[in-house]
Amino acid sequence: MFSLQVGSLLNVALILGTVLVSAALLIWVERRFLGFFNDRLGPNRVGPFGILQSVADVIKLITKEDWTPPFADKLTFVVAPIIIPIVMLLSFAMIPFAPDVGIIDMNIGLLFVMAMAGLASYSAMLGGLASNNKFSLLGGLRAAGQMISYEVFMGISILGVVILSDSFSLRGIVEAQADGWYVIPQFIGFIVFMVAALAESHRWPFDLPEGEAEIISGFNTEYSGMKFGLFFVGEYIGMLLMACLIPVLFFGGWHAPFGLGFGNPIVSGLFWMAVKVGAFVIFFILVRAALARPRYDQLMSYGWLVMLPLSLINLLITGAIVLSQGS
Amino acid sequence: MLKGLVHQVKIIWTQIVSLWLVFLHLFHKADTVEYPEVKPHTFPRWRGRIILTRDPDGEERCVACNLCAVACPVDCIALQKTEDEDGRWYPEFFRINFSRCIMCGFCEEACPTHAIQLTPDFEMAEYVRQDMVWEKEHMLIDGTGKYHDYNFYRVAGKAIGGKDKGEARNELPPTDRRSLLP
Amino acid sequence: MSVLFYGNAIIAILATLMVITRTNIVHALLYFIVSLLAIAVIFYTLGAPFAAALEVIVYAGAIMVMFLFVVMMLNLGQVTEDQEKAWLVPSIWVGPTILAIPLLAEVLYAINVQQEEMAHTVVGAKEVGAALFGPYVLAVELASMLLLAGLVGAYHLARK
Repeated sequence: MFSLQVGSLLNVALILGTVLVSAALLIWVERRFLGFFNDRLGPNRVGPFGILQSVADVIKLITKEDWTPPFADKLTFVVAPIIIPIVMLLSFAMIPFAPDVGIIDMNIGLLFVMAMAGLASYSAMLGGLASNNKFSLLGGLRAAGQMISYEVFMGISILGVVILSDSFSLRGIVEAQADGWYVIPQFIGFIVFMVAALAESHRWPFDLPEGEAEIISGFNTEYSGMKFGLFFVGEYIGMLLMACLIPVLFFGGWHAPFGLGFGNPIVSGLFWMAVKVGAFVIFFILVRAALARPRYDQLMSYGWLVMLPLSLINLLITGAIVLSQGS
Repeated sequence: MLKGLVHQVKIIWTQIVSLWLVFLHLFHKADTVEYPEVKPHTFPRWRGRIILTRDPDGEERCVACNLCAVACPVDCIALQKTEDEDGRWYPEFFRINFSRCIMCGFCEEACPTHAIQLTPDFEMAEYVRQDMVWEKEHMLIDGTGKYHDYNFYRVAGKAIGGKDKGEARNELPPTDRRSLLP
Repeated sequence: MSVLFYGNAIIAILATLMVITRTNIVHALLYFIVSLLAIAVIFYTLGAPFAAALEVIVYAGAIMVMFLFVVMMLNLGQVTEDQEKAWLVPSIWVGPTILAIPLLAEVLYAINVQQEEMAHTVVGAKEVGAALFGPYVLAVELASMLLLAGLVGAYHLARK
């Protein structure tokens, strides 16, 4: 039970703890890196290098008044922020971090992650609807349209990987990449998946559901205290999840690049997985710092007129090549 | 079709370029300073805390003309004129409500005697709002501020103790208008 | 496994009852989502993981979101809630209840007669695909034609 194998209690505790701590740490990391990208220093006061900034933020959020507006729909208002962290944490059960490190190895792992991503959109929608506020409603509508649209391309773009690896299990996909990462044959899929991942976790530049300049804070306008904190943490866990999924699907998961693996395969695997996840987290922050938010109709037309054909062509070509080689 | 494709490629290329340029900023030196430990450099003409200066002879420069109070867009200056036995004008009280002041510097521009001046000091936070109201004794300094050798009464025609009419700099003696003698 | 099955079945039935009796449409949709998730777990316990995943992705993740999307656009308030309350009187229930009783009887009969262990062949994604593009390819093509007709119709309506 306490040995290091897939699904052991030690694994579950370690992964859950690491994910929660790094999601909290991510808030600090993001603000610090945004500072560097903007030629600032970022938060550097609380603890060494400001590393305890998240603790201070949490203390502040917890001690704030937990207010439910009298005009809100109580049940839905309370349920909405709970959904997103739960759903995102559930998805982490499927991620293989290293050989023998992971919570479950399910044969429908990828579909499970997709399903959870689909459920995550309820958080923003119900939050926007329950707040009974025009701006929240607009934010919720935007979130619904955006997440449904980009889920389609996200699903289609990873089908190429599924065809190549012949498996829906994320562990199977990583093991199939032992002799070549899928980013090379599936480059278009990778690009589409990354754009869709940004839109799906409504991170910048696709943060239209929150578009401060237009609709105050979108679906979470009426939220305060720890209810807002749940939205916030859920979003960061989502970002971490996407940063874990991209290496797993396209960059060979725990496999070391150029044969740079060392010593114990678990230690080496964890190290390289952490390096890849960190690189993508920093890339997400870079995207936030560099790119401007598109208009909503641009977002939609870009999705349906560019991303959908691209992902379909990618799927078609991959299928054709695999069929012609297979038999 | 081809034109649209070229357009799309161009759009994506510009995004990649901006990503790269912003990434390079990771290796730039920060433009900001860590404020309480490192003070930012403020220039001599920085518009900060307001002072009242004295002329080179050590007398108050302010002549209580009220021009600063008129120029002030937020009406934070209040003063009242009085005279000493020599005929010199000076403010009986001079009050600036710094909780209203927006550090625009209009008072400094309006002042005909260089009495009111803004300094590069900006650390004026208080815990009690009442402490933001400053009186003359809080603002009056012993020096001349930014203008070292200007003395209003030496160039002005007004007669004060120790200087009669016509004795100011570049000033002719008073003429007797009723006389025809050159 | 059977504990999981019956637990989820009870949750699904209760949630569906709540869907029918709620006057607030958003609460009804919330219960509907819970019901769909419970049914997905039932699929999983019955050895159909692919169907379970699709249940969540398609029904809970997409179609219900569309429902909610429409609800958001309709600006439903206290008025519609009162209307719903007025409609939900016992005399309305009589017809559907009479029709549903035979169904309940059939289910009870089936459960009592079929006592042997439930079939446990796991039907994965590959089997589903093989079935869809093998014996049932005609049905798939028909469904795709229907969807295409819907797509063209939606495009025509949205053109203006």
